[in-house]
Amino acid sequence: MPKKIELEVMINGQKQVYRGPAFKRLIDVLREDFALTGTKEGCGEGECGSCTVLLDGELVNSCLIPVCQAEGARVETIEALGTPTALDQLQTFFLTKGGAQCGICTPGMIMSAWVYVREGGGSDAASIREALAGNLCRCTGYQHIVESVIATVQASNRRTRKK
Amino acid sequence: MPSVSESFRRKEGPEKLTGVAKYIDDYPLPGCIHGVTLRSSIARGVIKNIHFDPAFDWGPVTVVSAKDIPGQNYVYLIEVDQPLLAEHQIRHAEEPILVIGHPDRAKAYEALGHVHVEYDEWDPVLTMEESLDAKRLLYAADNVFKRIEIVKGDLDAGFALADFIVEEEYRVPHQEQAYIENNGMAAWEEDDGTLTIMGSMQCPFYVHKAMSPLFPREPDKIRVIQTTTGGGFGGKEEYPNMIAGHAALLALEAKRPVKIIYDRHEDMLATTKRHPARVRHRTGVRRDGTLVAQDIDVLMDGGAYVTLSPVVLSRGILHATGPYECPNVRVVGRVVATSTPPNGAFRGFGAPQTLFAAELQMEKIAARLQMDPVAIRRKNLLREGALTATGQMLRESVGASTVLEQVLARSRFADKKKKYARWNQSKRRPSWRGIGLAAVFHGDGFTGGGEVFLRSQARVALSPDGRIRVDAAATEIGQGTTSILAQIVADALEVPYDWVEVETPDTSKVPDSGPTVASRTCMIVGALLHRAAKKLKLALLNAGAHWPLGREAFERAAARACASRGELDFVEEFEKPGDIEWDDVSYRGDAYGVFSYAAMVVELEIDKLTYEITVKNVVTAQDVGKAINPLLVEGQIIGGTSQALGYALLENAIFDRGVMQNAQLTNYIIPTTLDTPPMDVTIVEKPYSKGPFGAKGVGELPMDVPAPAVAAAVYDATGLFLTELPILPEKLCQALHAQEN
Ligand code: FES
Ligand code: FES
Repeated sequence: MPKKIELEVMINGQKQVYRGPAFKRLIDVLREDFALTGTKEGCGEGECGSCTVLLDGELVNSCLIPVCQAEGARVETIEALGTPTALDQLQTFFLTKGGAQCGICTPGMIMSAWVYVREGGGSDAASIREALAGNLCRCTGYQHIVESVIATVQASNRRTRKK
Repeated sequence: MPSVSESFRRKEGPEKLTGVAKYIDDYPLPGCIHGVTLRSSIARGVIKNIHFDPAFDWGPVTVVSAKDIPGQNYVYLIEVDQPLLAEHQIRHAEEPILVIGHPDRAKAYEALGHVHVEYDEWDPVLTMEESLDAKRLLYAADNVFKRIEIVKGDLDAGFALADFIVEEEYRVPHQEQAYIENNGMAAWEEDDGTLTIMGSMQCPFYVHKAMSPLFPREPDKIRVIQTTTGGGFGGKEEYPNMIAGHAALLALEAKRPVKIIYDRHEDMLATTKRHPARVRHRTGVRRDGTLVAQDIDVLMDGGAYVTLSPVVLSRGILHATGPYECPNVRVVGRVVATSTPPNGAFRGFGAPQTLFAAELQMEKIAARLQMDPVAIRRKNLLREGALTATGQMLRESVGASTVLEQVLARSRFADKKKKYARWNQSKRRPSWRGIGLAAVFHGDGFTGGGEVFLRSQARVALSPDGRIRVDAAATEIGQGTTSILAQIVADALEVPYDWVEVETPDTSKVPDSGPTVASRTCMIVGALLHRAAKKLKLALLNAGAHWPLGREAFERAAARACASRGELDFVEEFEKPGDIEWDDVSYRGDAYGVFSYAAMVVELEIDKLTYEITVKNVVTAQDVGKAINPLLVEGQIIGGTSQALGYALLENAIFDRGVMQNAQLTNYIIPTTLDTPPMDVTIVEKPYSKGPFGAKGVGELPMDVPAPAVAAAVYDATGLFLTELPILPEKLCQALHAQEN
C-alpha cells in the first residue's frame, strides 16, 4: 500500500486538507479529491500544458507534480478566475477573439496567459508566442489565442495609463 | 439585428473558458468502475491461450471477452469484419482482446500486467506494396478492400496530343489527429433496461447503430449522449463505436456504470490515423500548358479492417485531379489491407493525400515546361461550366480563380519570388528562402448519393413560453456548430441570436441529422434548420404575429401558436435536389452538390547549417460560399492550416512491425505557437444556391492546401523536388548532399 499522508494546501485561496498517497499527481488530487475538474489532462507527461496550474505563483504541469510537493503551497487553478456569467477580462477576450474552440486546452492556456499578463508581458505577438509555447492547442492554430492576449494586454495598459 | 455574417460569441464559450464545461472524464459517475483494454502484442496470428496470474487478487475485477457479447461480435460500419473483441484471430497490433474493470483506475491498469496471452504468431503484411503482392492474404483474394475507377474522355487520344509527358510518384504518411482530449466513454444500464452511453464523439447515431447488433434491444432502449468534446478532426467519427461497445459490455457484466478513458499513449497506439498513400501521376500536356491527359493511380493503406476506407478512397480519387479541367482522365484507386491498426477519418478524408500529389505535379509540369507555375494554373483551373473528371458540370459557386488571384495579390507573389531568387544567389547567405503556391477544391457534404441515403432530419421547436430550440445530432467539437446553427435559425425567424437554444446531441431527444463529418454541418444540417425555421415563422404569422417582435410580444405569439399543443415543431428531411445526378457504379455525375475552393502562398526559410525549415508567412483565401460566422470560419481556416503545416513539416508517425513507436506527444511533434506562422486569411464568398444564406463547407478545406504549398516553397528555396511528407530537416540534408554528389 502506498504511504498515506495528510497535508494542508491552499487551493484558490482556501485552506484544504488532503489525505491520501503522497505521490498522487496534483492533477488527480485537484480533479478527484477537490472536484476541480477545470484542470485537464492531455498527455500525462508534461508535453501539452493542458494541466497547467500555478504553484506558489509559478506555472507548473500538474500531471508531473506529486501532491506532497504542494504541501503548504498556494495552488491556483482555472476556477480561481471568472465564472461563466462573470468572465474576467482575459476570458472575455478569449471569447470575443476566438481564443477557444473545443476548449480542452483552454484552462491551461488561460493560466499561462494570465501569468503573462499579470507579470506585465508586452503586446507583441513574438513574446506572447514564446510565453505560450508550452501549451499545445490542436484547434485554433494559435493566432486567435495570441490576438486574445494582445487585446487583454492593451486593455490593461489603457487602464493603468488612466490611473 | 441579423446574426448571419456576424462574429457572434460561441454559445458554449463561457463554460469552456472557466473550466465549467464537462468533458467525459469530468463526470464523477458514482459507483463506477474503470475499464482498461488488453490489446494484442503481435500484429498477426492466433490466440492460443489466455492466462490469468493466480497470485493477483481478481476478486474486485470484472473481465469480459468476446464470449460475453450477447449479440454479434462486430463493430458495425460499412462491413461487419471488425470484431469488438478479438476471439481467435489477431489482425493488427493493439487489437482489443479483453476489457478489464476495477473500481480503482490504477488497479485496473495493474491487472493488465497479470494477464498473459500466448499466440501463434504469423508473418504480418506491413506495407501497401507487400499487400498488393498478395503473397499473404488478409482480405478476399487480393487484399484489396475497394477499387474504384473514374474515366473521362479517351486517355490514349489525350496522350497522343501531348507535347510532354510528366511522370512522378508521391507519398504521404500516417497522421495522428491528436485532439487534446483523448477518447473516453461511459456506459450503464438503467433500471428500465435502457443502455446509456455517454462520451466524447462526433456521431451519436453512429454509436447508436453500432450498439444494436452487439446488445440486441429495441432502438429506444439505447441512448447515446455526446459530452463536451475536446476536438475530433475525424478521430472521433468511428472509433468511439468501439470504445462504447467495450464500456457497455463491461457495464452489463459488472452491473455498474463503467468509464473508459484512454491515456495519450493508448489513444495514439490504438485508434485511427490518416491513411498513408502512394499516388502516381502521368500527365500529358501541350507546350502552352494545357492539360490533355491525366492518368492517376492512388493506393491507400486501409489497415486491418475495412472500417471507412472505401469512402476515404472515394473522396481521395474524386480530388485526385486537383482543381483543374482536363478532357481525358483516368483515376484508379485501391485501398488495401495491411496488418496495422485500421486507418480512418481525418479532416480532409483522403483529399489531402491526393491533392498534395496533384498540386506538386503542377509544379513539376511547370518546371518541365519552364512555365510560370501561376500561368499553368490559370490556364487549367476549374471555372463555371467546367466538367470535372466525373463529368460533373460546375454550374455555380466556383471560386477557384478568385481565391488564386487573391493570394497572388495579397502575398505579392511574383515580387517575392524574384526577391528570394536574388537572396538565394548569394552563397554567403545563412539561409535559403522560398515561396510556394497551391490551389485546391473540396467537395462539400457526402459523396455522390450519400446525402440521399442518409435522409437527415433536423427540427426547430417552439415552446409556449417562447423558447426556440434547435434539435439536431450535429455535434459541437470545437468548430462552432452550436453557434452557427443558432445564427441560421435566428435569421430565418428574424429574432435575436440569444433567443435560440441548441439541444445537446442525445439520441433520445434529437432527430438523426447525420454524422458531423464531411464539412456538411452548416451546408446540409443548416439548410434543413433554415427551412424548418421558415415554416415556424409562417405558423406564427398565420397565428397573427407581426414582425419585428419584441420579446414580450414573441412570448405572447408563442403562447397563442402553441395553445392547442405543448410545443410547436417543424422537422425537415433532406431531399435530393432535382438537378443532382450521381451513378455509383460508373462513378459518373455530380460527385458533390458543390465544391469549396482555397489557395495558399507559403513563404519559408531554411537554415543552411541545421536545415531547419521555418514557415515565415502564410497567405490564404478560401471560398466558403458564405461565412455564417466569420470569426469561426477564420478559426477553422487557421486551425486547419496549422494542422496541415504539421502534416507537411513535423508529424512523423514511425511504425515498426505494425506498432507506432512514437505514440506520445513527446516525440510525435505537433505544431506549437512557435511553429505556427502568422496567417493572412481572406474569406471569399461565392454563394451556393442550396446552402443556407449561400454557405458551403469549410471544415476540411484548409487541411488540403498547405502541404503542397510548403513543398513548392522548399523547391523554390533549394531546387529540391521532395515528393514525400513530412519534409524533415534530415531528409532535406540527405537530399541536398545527394544532389551535390
Ligand atoms: S497533461 Fe500535463 S502536460 Fe499534458
Ligand atoms: S481549443 Fe481545442 S485544443 Fe485548443
